[in-house]
Amino acid sequence: MPNFEHPEYPEATLLHLESMVPCRESQVSSLLSIFGERQHFSFPSIFIYGHTSCGKTYVMQTLLETLELPHVFVNCVECFTSRLLLEEILTQLQSLSSEKKHGSHVPCDTFNDFVRLFKQEIITQDLQNQTVYIVLDKAEQLREMEANVLPGFLRLQEMTDRNVTVIFLSEIVWELFRPNTGCLEPFTLYFSDYSIVCRDLKELRHLAALNFTKYCEPVVRGEANERDTRRLWKNIESHLKKAMQTVYLREISSSQWERIQKDDGEPGHLKGLSAHAHVELPYYSKFLLIAAYLASYNPARTDKRFFLKHHGKIKKTNFLKKHEKTSNHLLGPKPFPLDRLLAILYSIVDNKVAPTANIFSQITSLVTLQLLTLVGHDDQLDGPKYKCTVSLDFIRAIARTVNFDIIKYLYDFL
Amino acid sequence: TAVRFVNKKCYIRARFVYIYLSFCLTDYFSQGKNDSEDSGLRFATCQLLWKQINSETEKIQEELNKQLFDNLIHFLRQSHSELQTKKTEWMCRMKSSEIPTAALVLGVNVTDHDMTFKSLSEVLQDNVTPYVVSLQAKECPGIKHLLQKLMGQLMDCNVDVDSSEEEECVNISQKKIRCSMASLSKWYESVTKKTDSETPSKKRTSSSRHWQSPPIVVIFKDMESFTTKVLQDFIVISSQHIREFPLVLIFGIATSPMIIHRLLPHSVSSLLCIELFQSLSCKEHLATVIDKLLLTTQFPFKLSEKVLQVLINIFLYHDFSVQNFIKGFQLSIVEHFYSQPLSVLCCQLLEAKKRVNSLSHNQCENIRSLPSFRRYVESQVSEKQIALLTEDSFLKEVTQTLLEDLHIYHENYFTVLRCLHVFTTSLPKYPLGKQIRELHCACLGKSVWETEEYESAIQLLRMLAKDELVAILQKCAEIFISSSGKQFSNTVEKLEEFLARFQNLEAETSEVQDVSVSSQKELQKTTDLYHLQKTLLALKESKRSKKLTKFEMLRFEVVDFIDSLVRSYLAPAEMQTLNEVVYFNTANTLREHLNAAPRIALHTALNNPYCYLKNQTLKSDVGCISNTAPDICIVYKLHLECGRLINLVDWLEAFSTVVTAVEGTDPDAVATDQVDEIIHARFIRAVSELELLGFIKPSKQKTDHVARLTWGGC
Repeated sequence: MPNFEHPEYPEATLLHLESMVPCRESQVSSLLSIFGERQHFSFPSIFIYGHTSCGKTYVMQTLLETLELPHVFVNCVECFTSRLLLEEILTQLQSLSSEKKHGSHVPCDTFNDFVRLFKQEIITQDLQNQTVYIVLDKAEQLREMEANVLPGFLRLQEMTDRNVTVIFLSEIVWELFRPNTGCLEPFTLYFSDYSIVCRDLKELRHLAALNFTKYCEPVVRGEANERDTRRLWKNIESHLKKAMQTVYLREISSSQWERIQKDDGEPGHLKGLSAHAHVELPYYSKFLLIAAYLASYNPARTDKRFFLKHHGKIKKTNFLKKHEKTSNHLLGPKPFPLDRLLAILYSIVDNKVAPTANIFSQITSLVTLQLLTLVGHDDQLDGPKYKCTVSLDFIRAIARTVNFDIIKYLYDFL
Repeated sequence: TAVRFVNKKCYIRARFVYIYLSFCLTDYFSQGKNDSEDSGLRFATCQLLWKQINSETEKIQEELNKQLFDNLIHFLRQSHSELQTKKTEWMCRMKSSEIPTAALVLGVNVTDHDMTFKSLSEVLQDNVTPYVVSLQAKECPGIKHLLQKLMGQLMDCNVDVDSSEEEECVNISQKKIRCSMASLSKWYESVTKKTDSETPSKKRTSSSRHWQSPPIVVIFKDMESFTTKVLQDFIVISSQHIREFPLVLIFGIATSPMIIHRLLPHSVSSLLCIELFQSLSCKEHLATVIDKLLLTTQFPFKLSEKVLQVLINIFLYHDFSVQNFIKGFQLSIVEHFYSQPLSVLCCQLLEAKKRVNSLSHNQCENIRSLPSFRRYVESQVSEKQIALLTEDSFLKEVTQTLLEDLHIYHENYFTVLRCLHVFTTSLPKYPLGKQIRELHCACLGKSVWETEEYESAIQLLRMLAKDELVAILQKCAEIFISSSGKQFSNTVEKLEEFLARFQNLEAETSEVQDVSVSSQKELQKTTDLYHLQKTLLALKESKRSKKLTKFEMLRFEVVDFIDSLVRSYLAPAEMQTLNEVVYFNTANTLREHLNAAPRIALHTALNNPYCYLKNQTLKSDVGCISNTAPDICIVYKLHLECGRLINLVDWLEAFSTVVTAVEGTDPDAVATDQVDEIIHARFIRAVSELELLGFIKPSKQKTDHVARLTWGGC
């Protein structure tokens, strides 16, 4: 007895459908009852949301294809402007019934045009008597488009006066979509995670695929049978752990992992991406970066204490203000003006540095390397401000190469 | 502020150097000195020399990149073949949905990357695929621009392959209509189909170099500068089409591959199959360039110690850019041939000898005024002195031999330098530097054997172990044998003799050991205390004396021999007669051009206008304000004396006092409170000029005040 019951479709199709969508029976059956029969009008819009890779796209695709419902499937990331999106829908619509694979290109600039062309197309395709489904995958992108696109799609049925249902697939909840000007509320449906443990089915599949041969090895060698799960697990455990540290984080690529498995070698000799954290910099660039780090993490009023030779006695109690007890490193880097950076640079470099053009262009290159960031607008010529974006570990490694004890100069570590 | 202004100036400076170098026309050469000094010939020599050097640098670059490019092509081939074998296995299917990505770590010398990417895309286009696209972050602020750029470049390269006009029209109209991945995959399908259906003869020409269904390679030149959103969107979109056309990404990374994790979230990076490639470090690259361009007799032109130091300092302290180093080298060549009339002799020895004969009288006088030549003349006997100073033909004869001497000096110098380098690199703490360039600088500037570092290096050499010493000597012998100079046959013989003696020493010591073993046996036999003592003493004595003498004596000999080589062949270049002909030594000019100090220049111009205007009336003592100076200079000097906020009224008054004191015609006018309108206008103009230069800005803190933006003398 199939889980799904529907007078419209033959039992064999429904059974086939059920075998295709494990763990999603309840969602599919509610969708089936919402869709109703082919000629029935359905909800104008359905909003389906759920975590990454919990089968939203797959279920929709399988459902619509198995039941042979007329539908259009569009990825909103790919169609990054409303024009591309609307044209893509019309093009796919054209090829729904006609034999040719690619419909000819229809220029469509506005939503108004779209409604007109859509109505025409439904008639030419002879689809008046059944519901046409428009699935918008990655619907989050719609929020970035013109303000009329989302409400327009929500009301498409009403505006075109045709039997059409728009289905939105999204990873975030409907509340984050709702435009503040109000709109027609869609019917929302939640796809729960497949299980508590697995949050990303794709990754699970990826790891399983990579390690399956290794898992099977004892069986192939005849040391264990397929049911001997404990022994098999013991064999694979260390491998999986290694894989979680490397392939899963994309530290090394899957083909590299495969090669290691084939050679049966240790991944030790193959360093991951994060192992190459060291950055070789020109001498003054190092000091510029150190100066920028100090300027970003020390309060400006403490500069006198750190960089003046005869700063006089400054008592630590006066020095530390109560509200500044929070670590600056927890608060993140603060912006500083260029003059302060140069002043600190001059005082930390032993020999005299001339403010040459090269020094200034080095600052600009540090910005292009994303080690510093320019705060405020690019065109601001009047007193530019920067932030240092490197980590404490990184700057300590840099400082070590020039024999500069940076910890001694940091307010947080006093 | 001025500083920001200056930041922009850097680019202008770079442009200037470029223009300066690319437009060094004959006019420029003949402008400076009159034509009797062979300006045309000098220009031609300069051009020829640069052409040779340039092709040599390109060759070096090619060789250095070869390994990296081979690895990349191997990676492309592998990922491509994986895509081609369309297995139905679920594992392969899943893996094939990952986009193969090469993370290319190139180092922070961003200026060099363009060259690398250019040759990379050439190599790929020659061997792998016609579809190579390079993208720069500044061209792609949004995904739309990125796709536009991508498709534009792809369609263009397709037009190149077959230039029938119909296709061109189709492509252009396509470009106009849509810029989406779907149309890209459609385009790819049509293109590959076309090449398949082509006539076999034509097919062979196009596909023999390229692979079946060639991949589309997209190079992101500066990964760090791309915005996260653009990259993410592009990767997500293209991963959906990866089965329709084979796509390969190349990320150009300047810092570290960690940037990939910083730019791309896990959901996106899981769509990639990333492999890491590292290029040669820029320091090694520089070492090769110096080795092939400077430490060789192949090119007659040489850099003096100071000039080389300027170039190396800019490299190490500022940019790590080999391209800039070569540009600096080029600038020195141009400067040398421009400013030194005798540089006409800076060419291959045979040619130079020929040119000596046709030197004009003026040029002969130029030779006579060279400091090194004057030193040479002074060391000669008086008759010869007179002949050298009066007879042009005799001078030319001598010049020819001197040039030959100089050439031989260089041949010997580089060989012995390499030999000494072998010795010094084996020492702890490297007293004479680890790199050969440091040793070269040390020898070029002054007599290296008089320095403390050399002294300590020799001390350390005297403590080398035997194995090390033998290995070093063998290396040295190889260097001398491979050197072109024939005068080293004696040296080679000597070195081989040393080696043989070390070998003998080994044999002898083993004999000695035999002896000692036998004596020990004897020792065991003797029971008499007196005899025992005696034999022990004798044994000890023999051991000490033998060991001390044989090996150590030989070691002393070797070190002394090396020392004598250094003293006779590594004399500083400045001591060589006629070194001015081939050595460029005005380091200051180079520094001014390559490492300009705009802030200081600006300050000097405003503080001491005489420095640039060269007008005698502007000459003034330090500290006093001349009234003849341009208005902006007066205003600038006055503002230097103020604090953070400057009162405009006081400033105007001071300005008017200075200016009227200069004119000094009408003392009554000064008495009146009213400032002359013209002076007022001049003041306002000067102040707004200062504001434009970024020294002051209007302030809202106090009325009639402006805020100062700069501090200190410069």
